[in-house]
Amino acid sequence: MASTEEILAGLAEILNEVADVAPEDVSVEKSFTDDLDVDSLSMVEVAMAAEEKFGVKIPDEELPKLKTVGDAVSYIESNPS
Amino acid sequence: MTDTVPSTNDPVVVTGLGATTPLGGDVATFWTNLLAGKSGVAKLTEEWAEPLAVRIGARMSVDPASVLPRVQARRLDRAEQAAIVAADQAWEDAGFKGTSDENGLDPARVAVVIGTGIGGVTSLMDQHDIILAKGPSKVSPLLIPMNMPNGPAAYVGLRVGARAGVHTPVSACASGAEAIAYGLDLIQLDRADIVVVGGTEACMHPLTISGFAQMRAMSTRNDEPERASRPYDKNRDGFVLGEGAGVLVLERLSHAQARGHQPYAVLGGAAMTADSHDIVQPDPEGSGQARAAKTAIERSGIAFSDVVHVNAHATSTPAGDMAEASWIADLLGEQTIVSGTKSMTGHLLGAAGAIESIATVLSVQNDVIPPTINLDDAEDGLSVDVPREARKATVTAALNDSFGFGGHNAALLFHKL
Repeated sequence: MASTEEILAGLAEILNEVADVAPEDVSVEKSFTDDLDVDSLSMVEVAMAAEEKFGVKIPDEELPKLKTVGDAVSYIESNPS
Repeated sequence: MTDTVPSTNDPVVVTGLGATTPLGGDVATFWTNLLAGKSGVAKLTEEWAEPLAVRIGARMSVDPASVLPRVQARRLDRAEQAAIVAADQAWEDAGFKGTSDENGLDPARVAVVIGTGIGGVTSLMDQHDIILAKGPSKVSPLLIPMNMPNGPAAYVGLRVGARAGVHTPVSACASGAEAIAYGLDLIQLDRADIVVVGGTEACMHPLTISGFAQMRAMSTRNDEPERASRPYDKNRDGFVLGEGAGVLVLERLSHAQARGHQPYAVLGGAAMTADSHDIVQPDPEGSGQARAAKTAIERSGIAFSDVVHVNAHATSTPAGDMAEASWIADLLGEQTIVSGTKSMTGHLLGAAGAIESIATVLSVQNDVIPPTINLDDAEDGLSVDVPREARKATVTAALNDSFGFGGHNAALLFHKL
């Protein structure tokens, strides 16, 4: 399974593709909506891409809980494929 | 008694133009190539085109995605991209930058009316491929705002900060012209001070092309793409699908003068009628079309003898072209100088009335009329004056006609200030 650094780098890649977030702006404490300007539709795209990349399932009820990049990293780490 | 709007000394004028078309990604290039008689039609090189009966089309010459930021472009259907590119140009040409409030305008007095014939159909079909191949959980959350026909108008509304209303006429190939007519209404009814109007279309897809081809409405002159669109020619065999967008900015003359902006022309009158004849065939007498034209001219208060030019609908289909030419001759006389600019641009469906209105405005402003190309052997009975090359003439007033499947007829009358 991917390391924390690999997950963070993978999320940075997705965020750049989907929402034009600069990779250097992506760190665990950043909020998707407040800091990185990811809107609700883009957040669904991020989740879909993360599911594909990391082989995890992010159920609809979990998505709103992923407020920061760190939340997403922890979720992916604790729900291995 | 005819339906007239009270005459006014404060007419609605055109103060901004924007376009992305098969003949150029901006108004200046489009106009130059139109006057030069260039064709925007080419072979469709995509693999999906190979089995089709129709393998030609008029793509935008500049990919609208290439002039927008990458992430913005990927969230938009191609018809939305085109509308935004054209609207940005028109808005800037009208002297604005940023949203309406950033320009000292009241957003509650700014409206948008952008029509489309079909909307975001290529996005719909792309996602249909995905649901079949990968399942429903892989469908994009962006599909609905990409597919909805009001998407282009709504995105332009966000862009300019329009809160007086954002509207989308959907009337097939009359959509762009109807949008302009509705824009005139909004100002004349005092519901807005500024209206961003136009049309957009980008539906180049094997399914839409096959649908039109199965109606036997499209040219199959696949080996001579540049010669396929040939309004009024004896050997015309259907329209050629084009794509792009055209946008105009409308406001009262006093409003333009107050901010020191010089208008292009007056939008003197508009009219919309319906045939109630057949779902796709035009009324062979063209009476609904003629009634729209006559009413638009009457509403403008311009003398019929001053309407020296018509930018005709003229799609290059066997049925439509001659009916229109015939009533133009009856209504305005055989000396009327008529252009079938779809001979060069192809048929942009819901954007056609918008880019052709831009051409009409520029004819009125510059006293030069675009040619009709590929008119090698004029159809018997063609009695109006159809120049094969650009013609200089004093264009006091000019009419733009657009008609759509469903029996929709729209006419717009532009004249000099």
